[in-house]
Amino acid sequence: MKMMSGLRLLVWELWLPILIVVVWYFGSESSKSPYFPPLSRIWKAFVDNWFGPGFVHDVVPSLTNLAFGLAVALVVGVGAGLLLAMFPLAADIADPFLQFFRAIPALAVLPALFIVFGTGSTGNVAAIAFGAVWPILLNTLDGIRSIDPSIRLVARSYRIRTPLLVTQVLLPGAMPQITVGIRTSLAIGVVIMVGSEMYVSTAGIGHFVIVAQQTFAIADMWSGILLLGIIGYVLNLGYGVIERWLLRWQPRTHDALAVKGN
Amino acid sequence: MSSTESAASIPAVELSGLGVTYGGPTGREVLRGIDLSVAPGEIVCIVGHSGIGKSTLIRCIAGLQKPTTGEVRIAGIAIDAPPATLALVSQDYGRPLMPWLRVGENVRLPLRGNGLARKVQNERVSDALAVVGLGGAARSYPWQLSGGMQQRVAIARALAYRPQVLLMDEPFASVDAQTRAELEDLLLTLQRDLGITVLLVTHDVDESVYLSDRVVVLGGTPALMQDIVDVPLTGARDQLTTKADPLFIECRTRVLSAIQQSKVVAPVS
Repeated sequence: MKMMSGLRLLVWELWLPILIVVVWYFGSESSKSPYFPPLSRIWKAFVDNWFGPGFVHDVVPSLTNLAFGLAVALVVGVGAGLLLAMFPLAADIADPFLQFFRAIPALAVLPALFIVFGTGSTGNVAAIAFGAVWPILLNTLDGIRSIDPSIRLVARSYRIRTPLLVTQVLLPGAMPQITVGIRTSLAIGVVIMVGSEMYVSTAGIGHFVIVAQQTFAIADMWSGILLLGIIGYVLNLGYGVIERWLLRWQPRTHDALAVKGN
Repeated sequence: MSSTESAASIPAVELSGLGVTYGGPTGREVLRGIDLSVAPGEIVCIVGHSGIGKSTLIRCIAGLQKPTTGEVRIAGIAIDAPPATLALVSQDYGRPLMPWLRVGENVRLPLRGNGLARKVQNERVSDALAVVGLGGAARSYPWQLSGGMQQRVAIARALAYRPQVLLMDEPFASVDAQTRAELEDLLLTLQRDLGITVLLVTHDVDESVYLSDRVVVLGGTPALMQDIVDVPLTGARDQLTTKADPLFIECRTRVLSAIQQSKVVAPVS
């Protein structure tokens, strides 16, 4: 079986979204609804807002908070997951607490977090980190636990030292699950980024959207929502590249079939 | 050569009164009173029915499991953890390789973090892979190799580690007959060239006689040492002529009858 070339794949993925945008653009041109302005107006607002000062005022702070929040979640999640996996007794004790904190919707913790960390960007970062840490932590823990016992046995019998054990055995072995956790955390992070900005903030895309809505700047509001959709999509796409690199040792499905067929 | 002689007087592996019971004093007794002394450079096979405790025995010798009674001495020193001079090749090929490390890195991993220069590591890795006939496979991932080739990588990893004692738990159980014969001969060649001590578990009687200086037969519940069969075959062994040698057939018959007797007289505790 031949793989579809990159270009063909791109065309195959893009033709429908492009068609929808074109239909939307011309179909909405005569719209008189105050809630659903023509796409041409939304697009003009989009260009004015996001290719102008709005980029520095709103997009940069939002994405900076997201990046810091996810970075904290990644370090804490992988680190704590690793430690808990290496000390099973601690993991047993911690388990009910983990399940409890994970079950709290991060948005519900926002008021408390903003009291502790203040309403500056530290509060946003803390909120994103709090929401995004759980999938990474639990997937790291579970990923290390589910490493094949015979691999752990080999590591033990060759007396592999702890730093090597962590970097060459435990983390790569858990990586297929850690990457799943990160993907979930990415989505949660974007939700909390927007939510926390809507709740209390003086900048950011979420703040922009809520202010636009409250001042009946409907085209601006839609332009913010559109931007958030694009950001989410691009993040996911970019993360796919990172994920493929992290798991570059895994056989692609068609390669594995070819080897088995030998 | 007096130093060699005095070293030779200390057994490479010594088991005394080794017993294993799972699940406390009232639990299931698997092994009882195993006494065995393996001289340096000797190759000894352990045979017995499947499930009799052969793998348990090998895990005890590898320092991966604590025996309930008795002790294991490697080069005269009682062990309670995996000793540095010992390497284990376990039975399920493929899985014990780290799928995320290329073949060369799999072989290198046990050599890292021991203060061994990178250059020396590289030499040992490429030497070991060349010896098992996989000189060109260092950059491949394990899944790109066949089962037999993956088992060769596991053997190469053990060789690169330069153990004094090589433990093998049914190392050729999952490969096809042709590969199996090749790996058996490879093991004999390596063992002769490097002078390492080999303890190998198998359920294949022909294999045990073909490879061994001595065959240890385990039998009964709990498993006791039923018999130790000396295999006085001299000179290089060969898949065709050795296996047709009357001496080979005699040894094989002795091992087989010991296994069958162990089944009949299995004591019930």
